[in-house]
Amino acid sequence: MRPTLGGRRARPRTRGGTPARALSATITAGALLLAGACGGSAAAGKENITLSVGLFGDFGFEPLYRRFEQAHPNVRIKERQATYDDHHTNLAAHIATGSGAADVEAIEVGYIGTYTAQPQRFVDLRKYGASTRQSEYLAWKWQQGVAANGAVIGLGTDVGGLALCYRRDLFAKAGLPADRAKVSALWPTWQAFLDTGRRFAAKAPSGAKFVDGPGEFFRAMVAQAPEGVYDRQDKVVAATNPAVKQAWDLSTRMVADGLSAKLTSFTPAWDTGFAKSSFATVACPAWMMAYIQEHSPGSSGRWDIAAIPGGGGSAGGTHLTVPTQSKHQKEAAELVQFLSAAPQQEAVFKAIGNFPSLPALYDKPEVRDHTNPFFNGAPVGKIYADSAKSLDPQHLGPAEGQVRAAIGNGLTRVDQGRQSPDQAWKQALDDVSKVK
Amino acid sequence: MALRQTDPLPTATARRRTGPTRARHRPGGSRWNRFDRAVSPYAYVSPFLVIFAVFGLFPLLYTAWVALHDWSLLKGDQGFVGLDNFRTLLSDGNFWNAAFNTASIGVLSAVPQLLLALWLAHLLNRPLKAQTFYRITLLLPNVTSVVAVVVIFSQLFGRDYGLINMVLTHLGAGRVDWQAGTASSHVAIALMIIWRWTGYNALIYLAAMQAVPRELYEAATIDGASRLKQLRSITVPMIKPTLLFTMIVSTIGSMQIMAEPMLFGAQVGPAAIATGGAGRKFQTLSLYLYELGFRNFDFGYASAAAWLMLLLVMVAVGVNFLLARRMKGGLS
Repeated sequence: MRPTLGGRRARPRTRGGTPARALSATITAGALLLAGACGGSAAAGKENITLSVGLFGDFGFEPLYRRFEQAHPNVRIKERQATYDDHHTNLAAHIATGSGAADVEAIEVGYIGTYTAQPQRFVDLRKYGASTRQSEYLAWKWQQGVAANGAVIGLGTDVGGLALCYRRDLFAKAGLPADRAKVSALWPTWQAFLDTGRRFAAKAPSGAKFVDGPGEFFRAMVAQAPEGVYDRQDKVVAATNPAVKQAWDLSTRMVADGLSAKLTSFTPAWDTGFAKSSFATVACPAWMMAYIQEHSPGSSGRWDIAAIPGGGGSAGGTHLTVPTQSKHQKEAAELVQFLSAAPQQEAVFKAIGNFPSLPALYDKPEVRDHTNPFFNGAPVGKIYADSAKSLDPQHLGPAEGQVRAAIGNGLTRVDQGRQSPDQAWKQALDDVSKVK
Repeated sequence: MALRQTDPLPTATARRRTGPTRARHRPGGSRWNRFDRAVSPYAYVSPFLVIFAVFGLFPLLYTAWVALHDWSLLKGDQGFVGLDNFRTLLSDGNFWNAAFNTASIGVLSAVPQLLLALWLAHLLNRPLKAQTFYRITLLLPNVTSVVAVVVIFSQLFGRDYGLINMVLTHLGAGRVDWQAGTASSHVAIALMIIWRWTGYNALIYLAAMQAVPRELYEAATIDGASRLKQLRSITVPMIKPTLLFTMIVSTIGSMQIMAEPMLFGAQVGPAAIATGGAGRKFQTLSLYLYELGFRNFDFGYASAAAWLMLLLVMVAVGVNFLLARRMKGGLS
């Protein structure tokens, strides 16, 4: 389940590679520094430097680095990837100890609030001219990367506009329409979504459930509310916000009605579920497309994308930051500017599906008319643009990740059949109250 | 008694001591030699002391200092709070839940593991062809990466498509959601630990058994004692120091179980990695420490938990030691 926080990207790596790569990056950087210091100035009077970029999963940046290096002949870029959880845990340790962070660090929205509360640990990108970028961004996306004192900590790379991925073949077998417009019309509201689920369950092929599990749907419902688990004063309001409880009730009803395949997102069993056709729908932020394509390569054309019940919403999305411990803050900030600029966001979207955070791109034909053959030629450019535009900005708090993890575990307990929804809700709130 | 073969050692030491005695006759050498004899041994072991101070003592003391503060990993020191962290900890249900899980998984894994190791060592402690082959085989599970072990075992223990559940369903017993229950998850994790460490302990036992005089077994065989009786009445008493050693090492190891429940929890979902499943059913003390320190960034509280954990380990080892000492030692 990714109610923990935001989106994990495709292709999580094994734990093994990262430290070695980090080490080699450090050694290379050190060696280059030495070379620069001993051998006098390199070509054009600039020392050769290596910038490290810390990411979780594949962001599709690799070809972009080469273009940046061409424009900056003295710069080499090394990328290091870890899994979503490892990346953010390591980042916290590196920020806390003041060493070990990459020159450019990606931070997912589930954690961005943690670091906008620590502006002194990051380079204020206004120093390097980021202020001019504000008008390009979705207002709420820009705001997520800004600290209380106005410092711009991170520039957004993408947003997770929400949609819903469904299996055409399973829908047809269960006697439901398979066409994406008709499917979208089935569920204007989440209540209607559940009703459709019951219709599906009545005639579903054996072994196929309507949803993978309640976690990501809960997250989608909360993301649609004007206020989530935090209020704007950074106070946790999960217990009192009726939208959260309503999302909880609807999600647990999915379980009670037998619609859930009891699989949690981003687990090996979930991956197997894709391959074995264990579920017919998943909540589908834009970055999820890459994951599905990777984990069920055999099902091309069977998937399609419909609108999410309850209108738009966003789940996930990332900012690029420069920790102050970086030795090459200027170049790192330039790289952040470059990677988050419009042409690069467009290129990433076309390559792997991460949806841009710059609304000007949404009306560009290259983006608006982009379709994805794997998803039966779904007009993903239009779907995710509509979704991102119709979103009300939601404030994310400093311990967003822990709060959502506590609630997510509660949903899993219900899904496992270990607790009633009421017991699980009570315990989840108790866990949330302990989050500092 | 098992140490009898090492007897030549004291002689060698004595021989070396004659060196300085001879040198004493050289003028001016006497004071230097006395100094040399007093200081040199400590100089020789000083690398250990330095390493211990840097990696052992300093972290220990620093952790104690942090434990007395409200200390966030990201925000740093938020002020001195005295023993508040410890007070909160004593009434922290999650901590004691973790302590219970740790003890339960520890017993479930250590006891069968050591008994199995003893039996395996006993089987191999006889003249065999290809002895080295068997010994290497014993050690193989231990050199396998713990990540690989847990990933494979987690697949076996999968709810929907796991091999074990397939067998159970086939036998008509129905599926078990291994990660959801207390007993089922503890058994699964204990099995991973047993698989990994049995061979290692068996090798240690085997080495100790090699030092037991053959004549004892020969005499017992002539007297008509069965092999099981020989194991009970000769082997076990003779290798008691080794048994004690493995018991204490296993106890300490059990108190530190972390990788297995962590990766087992990853099967439940990212939110369950640090919490030992969605319901904290298999969250061990080390894992709780990880949750406090690196998920909640609450370093002060995590440090207090680390110290309390150290106390619990010492108590567990102490109890273990007292129990083990009551075992019959030597040959009666």
